[in-house]
Amino acid sequence: MQLHISTGDGSPIYLQIANQVKYLVASGRLAAGDEIPPIRVLARQLLVNPNTVARAYLELEREGVVQKRHGSGTYISDAASPLARKERLRIVSERVDALLAEARHLEVEPQELLRLIKERSLSIQPKENK
Amino acid sequence: MNPTDASPAVEITGLNRRFGATLALNQVSLQVRRGRVFGLVGANGAGKTTLIKHVLGRLKAQSGVVRVFGLDPVADPVAVLGRIGYLSENRDLPAWMRVDELLRYTAAFYPKWDMAYAEELRRQFGLAPRAKIRTLSRGENAKAGLLIALAYRPELLLLDEPSSGLDPVVRRDILEAIIRTVADEGRTVFFSSHLLEEVERVADDLAMMFNGRVVLAGALDDVKENHHRLVLRFDSPQPSAPKVPGVLSITGGGREWTAICNGKREEAVAAAARAGGRVVAEDSPSLDEIFVAWAGTKTE
Repeated sequence: MQLHISTGDGSPIYLQIANQVKYLVASGRLAAGDEIPPIRVLARQLLVNPNTVARAYLELEREGVVQKRHGSGTYISDAASPLARKERLRIVSERVDALLAEARHLEVEPQELLRLIKERSLSIQPKENK
Repeated sequence: MNPTDASPAVEITGLNRRFGATLALNQVSLQVRRGRVFGLVGANGAGKTTLIKHVLGRLKAQSGVVRVFGLDPVADPVAVLGRIGYLSENRDLPAWMRVDELLRYTAAFYPKWDMAYAEELRRQFGLAPRAKIRTLSRGENAKAGLLIALAYRPELLLLDEPSSGLDPVVRRDILEAIIRTVADEGRTVFFSSHLLEEVERVADDLAMMFNGRVVLAGALDDVKENHHRLVLRFDSPQPSAPKVPGVLSITGGGREWTAICNGKREEAVAAAARAGGRVVAEDSPSLDEIFVAWAGTKTE
């Protein structure tokens, strides 16, 4: 499991870990039943406090992304796949929010932005169909 | 059971220290809880090393109280120092010794010295047993110092600017040693640093010192949650930095200014509104930015 921690931005490290695990699930790089590393192992790999990793895992468990199996480890839960779509939408929503903020800053109206999105979508579609 | 088992690893209350006309420590109070990593942050000359010398009992409190595992380090140095693994800022190792001699020499002082662990660390750190301390590079020297601080598995690992002046590979070894130490149950780390990035990675708790004073202390998560960066827009260009109560620092120009504030977000927003500023963007500052914002309030 490859995660990347950045201390330059203000986002708490436990949230960075939790969000990146969710991202890996949403993008299919982690599947239901996959084991994630024990807290101490990930703490040493990422060079972060073990309590921080524990907090991230607790958060993921609370949201149903992972589950602990009695004494044997932490696994991506079966319930994580319906969550995956929700998570994908959440990730995109964040980008949309950033885009809206920038548009507002540059005084581009949401209606105009919507038109722009449709237009761009049409123009890049052929490339994506390959 | 030892009656002091429930006490904090380090407890400092109202500590003052004067060197001539300089007040090096000014009413310093802090608590390092057991099993936690505590980061002491401050610029050079803020008083970090002076504070650490009190923990080691090398300086006696002029006023105030210093307790380590409930004991007075000046009155009971043997009991206290036997539980602390200490890495000093200038890593004063005997230059004429070889690495293997240093290990045997240090082992003689500590009944709990773990030679197998020492050997494991020596290999991991890539220290040649027959190399003279004098010939070690700066990074190797730091690793040798860290090795002898770790190898008797002290209850408290005390590191004074452990990664100052070291390359990223050695800094990684040091961070890993810190993490390993807390992952082994019940052990505590107290370290000073001016590298905020490291503190943010490994600390549970922190204190920020400026000019001998602790101005901010608490759990790292709380400190981060209680600071906000607000980008403010004013209706007209501001000729000088707008005065907003509760704001630690404000930078920018014209209509747009970026404020770092401490406390409740809503209160900061309301104060900004009263000063004529509207919040157009906001996020969380990094620990580095929080430190710089506080530093500004202490030097003006």
